[in-house]
Amino acid sequence: MDTIFALATAQGRAGVAIVRISGEHAFVAASRLTNDLPKNRGVRRLVDQDGVHLDDALVLVFQDGQSFTGEPVVELHLHGSIAVVGAVLRVLGDDGDLRPAEAGEFTRRALENGKLDLAQVEGLADLIDAETEVQRRQALRVLDGALGDLAGEWRAKLLRAAALIEATIDFADEDVPVDVRPEVMTLLNEVRVGLAHEVEGVAVAERLRHGFEIAIVGPPNAGKSTLLNRLAGRDAAITSEIAGTTRDIIEVRMDLDGIPVTILDTAGLRESTDIVETLGIEKAVMRAERADLRVFLKMGDEQPILSIEKDDIVLIAKSDVSVAGGVSGKTGAGVDALVYQMTTLLRARVATVGVAMRERHRLAMLRSIDFIDVAYSSLEMGDFMEDLVAEEMRSATRAIDSLLGRVDVEDILGEIFSSFCIGK
Amino acid sequence: MKHFDVVVIGGGHAGSEAALAAARMGVQTALVTLSAETIGVMSCNPAIGGLGKGHLVREIDALDGAMGRVADTAGIQFRLLNRKKGPAVQGPRAQADRALYRQAMQIEVTQCPNLSVVVGEAVDLVMDAGAVVGVILADGSEIRSEAVILTTGTFLRGIIHIGDVSRPGGRMGEDPSVRMAERMDSFGLNLGRLKTGTPPRLDGRTIDWAKLERQPGDEDPTLFSFLSKSVVAPQVDCGITHTNPQTHEIIEKNLSRSAMYGGQIDGVGPRYCPSIEDKVVRFADKSAHQIFLEPEGAYDHTVYPNGISTSLPIDVQEAYVKSIVGLEQTEILQPGYAIEYDYIDPRSLKLNLELRDVAGLFLAGQINGTTGYEEAAAQGLVAGINAARRVRSLAPIYFERRHSYIGVMIDDLITRGVSEPYRMFTSRAEFRLSLRADNADQRLTSLGREIGCVSDSRWEAYSTKMEGISSAKAVMAEINFSAKDIAGLGIKLSPDGPKRTALDALSLADFEMPHIAKLTNTAIPGDAAIHQQIKNDALYANYIARQAKDIAAMERDEKLLIPSTIDYAVISGLSNELVAKLMRVRPKDIAQAGRIEGMTPAGLLLLVAWIKQRSVKKTGT
Repeated sequence: MDTIFALATAQGRAGVAIVRISGEHAFVAASRLTNDLPKNRGVRRLVDQDGVHLDDALVLVFQDGQSFTGEPVVELHLHGSIAVVGAVLRVLGDDGDLRPAEAGEFTRRALENGKLDLAQVEGLADLIDAETEVQRRQALRVLDGALGDLAGEWRAKLLRAAALIEATIDFADEDVPVDVRPEVMTLLNEVRVGLAHEVEGVAVAERLRHGFEIAIVGPPNAGKSTLLNRLAGRDAAITSEIAGTTRDIIEVRMDLDGIPVTILDTAGLRESTDIVETLGIEKAVMRAERADLRVFLKMGDEQPILSIEKDDIVLIAKSDVSVAGGVSGKTGAGVDALVYQMTTLLRARVATVGVAMRERHRLAMLRSIDFIDVAYSSLEMGDFMEDLVAEEMRSATRAIDSLLGRVDVEDILGEIFSSFCIGK
Repeated sequence: MKHFDVVVIGGGHAGSEAALAAARMGVQTALVTLSAETIGVMSCNPAIGGLGKGHLVREIDALDGAMGRVADTAGIQFRLLNRKKGPAVQGPRAQADRALYRQAMQIEVTQCPNLSVVVGEAVDLVMDAGAVVGVILADGSEIRSEAVILTTGTFLRGIIHIGDVSRPGGRMGEDPSVRMAERMDSFGLNLGRLKTGTPPRLDGRTIDWAKLERQPGDEDPTLFSFLSKSVVAPQVDCGITHTNPQTHEIIEKNLSRSAMYGGQIDGVGPRYCPSIEDKVVRFADKSAHQIFLEPEGAYDHTVYPNGISTSLPIDVQEAYVKSIVGLEQTEILQPGYAIEYDYIDPRSLKLNLELRDVAGLFLAGQINGTTGYEEAAAQGLVAGINAARRVRSLAPIYFERRHSYIGVMIDDLITRGVSEPYRMFTSRAEFRLSLRADNADQRLTSLGREIGCVSDSRWEAYSTKMEGISSAKAVMAEINFSAKDIAGLGIKLSPDGPKRTALDALSLADFEMPHIAKLTNTAIPGDAAIHQQIKNDALYANYIARQAKDIAAMERDEKLLIPSTIDYAVISGLSNELVAKLMRVRPKDIAQAGRIEGMTPAGLLLLVAWIKQRSVKKTGT
């Protein structure tokens, strides 16, 4: 069975992050980080392939049968900084013996090795669902905007390239182009260039600056913009007493105790007949759904249009004098408590999804590039076997599935049937 | 009252193969057909095999089914498709003489021990405590049996459309089955509607062949059966012509008179086999579409124009046919038509093709939403084997995705259902590089032998071949070549690399068996077929090793069986949506559950946990 690794979340403010490695190669892989792997536990200096110091970490070693998963396990208790965790995950990701764990994989192994009972699994399944949901939202957000468009293009190009090759294989006796090589090579090259650019971190760095998104949502005239201005300490949003003043989304970047966040001020959510305002509301709903965290400002007994999810903060709007569960941008009452609450919630998430997601993406893109390279060079040599090229492309597509969602054989067939007139 | 172990209803490709398989397994089998003359009829195009489909025929043959042998006897033009591509995606195909095919299949059926043909119309099933225990014929007589295999093809509530004229019919000139469809209704199954089309049949004597491009068969024909040695029937060429702007204009003008475009048809047709109306509408920028003129027999003047299936009225068919080069004077012998029919959601089936909720009733062929003779025959074989297993109270035989196209097809049908007539493509098989037409026997013949559907003569031929392969491999594993010597032959390889055995050298794409003789005097035993087999295996060895991890993961999940009695609703944490999907498919194991659309990692985990807990309780540890 593969040896897997992942950040096994360190919750809370202690700032410790635990990376878990499980499987037959766990000890070998951990030994590459420290030349003196402890028998049970010990503090060790961790270094990368080139001997560069990563962190001083508490290293726990569990023998076969004595760990959470029942397999040989090494846990690295790191200092919980984004940079440290990112660097360690990167080094592990570059290790040919390891691969990132999939959602629920540690639990599944524990279960299969008789380390868990059903009651424990039910609790963990909720966690995995939450984890999957957080990843989905994170992926949506990471892939929002320019990168999302790019990723969509890659997907379409890989699909088209696969369809071209598959069409020459499965419909050889039909009316399909005979030499698809030039188009496939162009497509593969374009995808490769795009992936390499991403891997080099140009766009990743861009996104890191954006950090988490927090959306302020609520009915019109609940004082959302005033709260934003208070948080930002300057007049970033236009405020007025007229309901529906904020129509576009206003973003303010700020730093919450070291965590980069973007606070979104959205249009007030209500039924509207004004076309421009309706568009603004639609956009607000979309962005708010994708945000990492939502702050609901509640007016009276009104039910919010959006569903409130776990961790979302709900506050009574316009509580100009300090009351529990109230906030006011105008007087500043409750703002410190809100900042504290947001910081606590986000800190718990910082190490887990942010870094892990990016690292997972980077590894997936690297694997994809490798397969594309093999396919491309076969095509370039001219004397290639279509089925082998198709296999490389299948692997390349599978590698970026985690980035773009699964490409099904039905999608490839769909592309073939819509592009070529099949059916002699 | 008559009694058999297994009764097969229908004598098409699914029915024939099902009856033969059950009889080979040693149980008393009856094949009920409207007419003994229609056993083995090819009601659509006169060809067997192709890509994916040729693979299926080889697999049927590896299990000693009849289709490969019959097609070899009836073949009048053999072509190996993708001959220049990798052996994994090469598919044997043949034009078959309709009359010879039918005749050869009827001989297989009538000469098969344990198999009787019963002429009659099966109109209903005999039920006992929710299980099927026989069939009722139109004359009121009953045949009792332990299992029934239903292969109704397009006959379940079939309707034939030619232009704006439509009438009930299962095939041109034959009545549909309505009572049997009502019986299916009574089981509360999900039924759907599909359609398929045929082109007009042409009189070959009125075709101007001199004007047309010819397509001959391969000089060195590749046959279907592992046991066949050479072609039997006289060989012929096909012709190729094209539609033109004038043809398209005639069709466009009359679109409203097409049954498909006029709104008479509700059924869903296949995207890969569009009617000529569809082609003209959907690919309006194309000024020509290819038509293959396929002779229906060596001595038959009927020609099947592959590529222009239609549901236009007869006068329009005549007009557009005459607008095509070479067909200016051509007479239509039988107009093209579209046919709509019922199919049963294959997700109601178990992997042995028995209905989950109706014990003893197996379904095979178009009734399960597939299209094609080969797909039908392969299902017939699986149903036949498993009906016999049921009679004997033996565990069902499941075909795995990683071992056969048969397994890929059945898993696709049962796990994902169909939205259009299902046809096999090589791209459906994720382990395509291992599932080759040339190694179908190595994948399936020993299984077939073990379960008793492979004859002594095939087993002997197979064993001889396998011995030949292993002794040739043993010799080749002892011969070493330096990289320099190999590169010296013009093979793409760095001359400074390590030395390798003759067997390893074969994994280089351009290193072929004859190269060995240039580097050593040691003779390699075995004939050309054995050498080719070894070369093919070596060619993919690296890729197959790469897939080993995926296969291991799949195997692990396949061992986690889900009990058929599971009540998904009581597993806390499973969403209602997942419960509904699981109830519909009722997966056999965790691997299959994972392939259900929309399955989540957490959902799978809960299933695994549930299974684990149960097994712990059972063993009491």
